[in-house]
Amino acid sequence: MQATLPTRTASEGEVSPAAAMIRRMTGLFFVHAFLLAGAVFILLPFVWMLVTSIKPPEEVFSAELSFWPDRFYGLENYGFALTAAPVLRFALNGVIVCTGILVVQLLIAIPCAYALAKLQFPGRHLLFILVLLALCIPIQVPALPIYVALAWLGLLNTYFSMMVPFFLSVFGIFLFRQFFRSFPDDIIHAARLDGMSEFEIVWRIVTPSAWPAIAAFSVFSIVAHWNDLYWPLIVISDINLAPPPLGMMYFADAETGSNYGALTAAATVLTAPLVVTFLFARRRFIEGITMTGVK
Amino acid sequence: MAQLDLRGISKSFGDTAVLRDIDLSIGDGEFLTLVGPSGCGKSTLIRIIAGLEPQTAGSIEVDGVGIDHLRPHERRVAMVFQSYALYPHMTVFQNLALPLTMARLTMAERLPLVRLLSPRRRRVMAGIGQEVGAVAEQLQIDRLLDRRPAQLSGGQRQRVALGRAMVRHPAVFLMDEPLSNLDAKLRVHMRSELADLHARLRATFVYVTHDQVEAMTMSDRVAMMHGGRIIQLGTPAQLYDHPANLTVAQFIGSPTINLIKGRIGTDGAVEIPGGRIDLATGLPAGAEVTVGLRPEAVVPAPLAPAFQDPVRLPARLHRRENLGPEQILHFDLVGAEKAGLTCRVMGNESVVADEPVDLLFEAGACHVFNAAGERVALPATPASGRPPVRSVAPLIGGTGA
Ligand SMILES: Nc1ncnc2c1ncn2[C@@H]1O[C@H](COP(=O)(O)OP(=O)(O)OP(=O)(O)O)[C@@H](O)[C@H]1O
Ligand SMILES: [Mg+2]
Repeated sequence: MQATLPTRTASEGEVSPAAAMIRRMTGLFFVHAFLLAGAVFILLPFVWMLVTSIKPPEEVFSAELSFWPDRFYGLENYGFALTAAPVLRFALNGVIVCTGILVVQLLIAIPCAYALAKLQFPGRHLLFILVLLALCIPIQVPALPIYVALAWLGLLNTYFSMMVPFFLSVFGIFLFRQFFRSFPDDIIHAARLDGMSEFEIVWRIVTPSAWPAIAAFSVFSIVAHWNDLYWPLIVISDINLAPPPLGMMYFADAETGSNYGALTAAATVLTAPLVVTFLFARRRFIEGITMTGVK
Repeated sequence: MAQLDLRGISKSFGDTAVLRDIDLSIGDGEFLTLVGPSGCGKSTLIRIIAGLEPQTAGSIEVDGVGIDHLRPHERRVAMVFQSYALYPHMTVFQNLALPLTMARLTMAERLPLVRLLSPRRRRVMAGIGQEVGAVAEQLQIDRLLDRRPAQLSGGQRQRVALGRAMVRHPAVFLMDEPLSNLDAKLRVHMRSELADLHARLRATFVYVTHDQVEAMTMSDRVAMMHGGRIIQLGTPAQLYDHPANLTVAQFIGSPTINLIKGRIGTDGAVEIPGGRIDLATGLPAGAEVTVGLRPEAVVPAPLAPAFQDPVRLPARLHRRENLGPEQILHFDLVGAEKAGLTCRVMGNESVVADEPVDLLFEAGACHVFNAAGERVALPATPASGRPPVRSVAPLIGGTGA
């Protein structure tokens, strides 16, 4: 045992501190270069959108690529976008629809997930398998029956019709179940001994600890429904109820079809709320992903 | 306050039986400890008493009234958990007040916003605040009321958990290894605090531990569990002096009891490697037995114990542990392979290492267990198996240390 030790330290001693430093730095350099390249690749379209939104039309269509506009045309583009179409109205519709969907999703998914994670009842495993299976069903499958039902009830062209297919989020149930499973049983037992009902346990004890998961889920949900075009296209024909993507489509259809400066300006206005939301939820979002992902 | 009776409690998870037909009566104000190796069903039993888990069979009564149909909070029991189970996002005050607010406020008065409408709520909350303050003062956590559990040390969390149980003035306290997450010193301290608390509250305590020292020092009675059964119930002294079987004998007492394999000789005495013990076991000749000897019942000959007609076994000192007031001496028996004996002697008298010495003990100090591990009654022996009290002899055989 003793004899092997000196040889090992000797071999390590051959690398001088300076060489080790250089090796570490080059390693870091390549890793960061790689990550930066990826980031540029992902961010470039957005940056291009921002730049285009402040370019005059002739520069947008000019043959040579120039990054920065020679003439600042932002005021005109944004002004046109905001006056020619109710862009802010689209954004408001998006906020209403996303908030409505998210609130109902949380109200339903959290108690369901708690029951699947922590309560003992017959058929619990079967139910969870059904949840997993339901994850594989895309919205296109139940779209027709839901549309027929809404039409029959006279609910087409309402906010409700835009939100109703998404109230029950299987993904949310799955995500929260994974999160709640690691919640200590003893605390739930203590709460039962203290006289709390199961609903109070869910909302007063378990949910406050689930903020990372709620933030993560909210980001997924908001991004998905803010950007959803398929379902609003089916149930909405009133432009005043259009959420952002549908609104953009109406806007692009009209005479603005080739006015890329104004189009990108509108797109910027409609993307901004998402970016802001994510920036606020960022830390919690990452916590939530890592916590549920590892567990 | 409350007499607790368990009648024929059984519990199975699927096919595995975890508790088998447990009968146990716990007197009013008694401190009963459930002790046993890991996985023997202690926590399961205590959760069944609390109503957190349904039993498969059997019933529980408090003061003669069945409580099986009652929900946990209706049972007048409070529980302290090994993990403390404090509500992580609430302050210490909120943790302590929660059981009282649940009991005294209506559902509407507990709802956010709606509760602002209730004038009664303020009065009730003021009363709760006073009670929480009183309990916090008793436990010396009154300066921590604004903190959250994450900002407390282990010992402080332990006190908050105790306080949360105390505010409800339960008839029965259930404690599931409440001290096992504390460091050794704090554990000893909390042990005496818990004993004081029990004396002060005069409530019934059911205390789970797998630490036999806790069981021995705090309890009125100890129930030793093994494999889902209670294998012995009695005072700590009864379990120590008259273990009902090998499992109890080995579990209770530190250092562990010495066990020597032997068999009954033709003359009825117990033959062990290196010697024989004159005992009337009543077992047939040739029967396999195990002889148990508490470490303090065995004394090396140089320490001149005042034994009458002791059994002598030649041995050699193998290792010494000096604990200050006493020493633990580990001997190898001469002539018996891999057989050892542990002695506990007072003071720092020393025994020469590597020189053969005789180990002495009296036949009356032996516990005899039959082949099935059950205690064999020894009619001829005196009631207590403990050795006679002996004065601390002067230092003998100096060079050993
Ligand atoms: N929900 C459950 N499902 C299946 N088996 C269980 C369940 N809870 C406990 N068990 C089993 O019951 C047995 C007793 O568990 P219990 O927690 O009561 O042991 P314990 O005596 O408290 O042990 P420890 O000292 O380690 O806390 C164990 O074998 C355990 O595996
Ligand atoms: Mg346990």
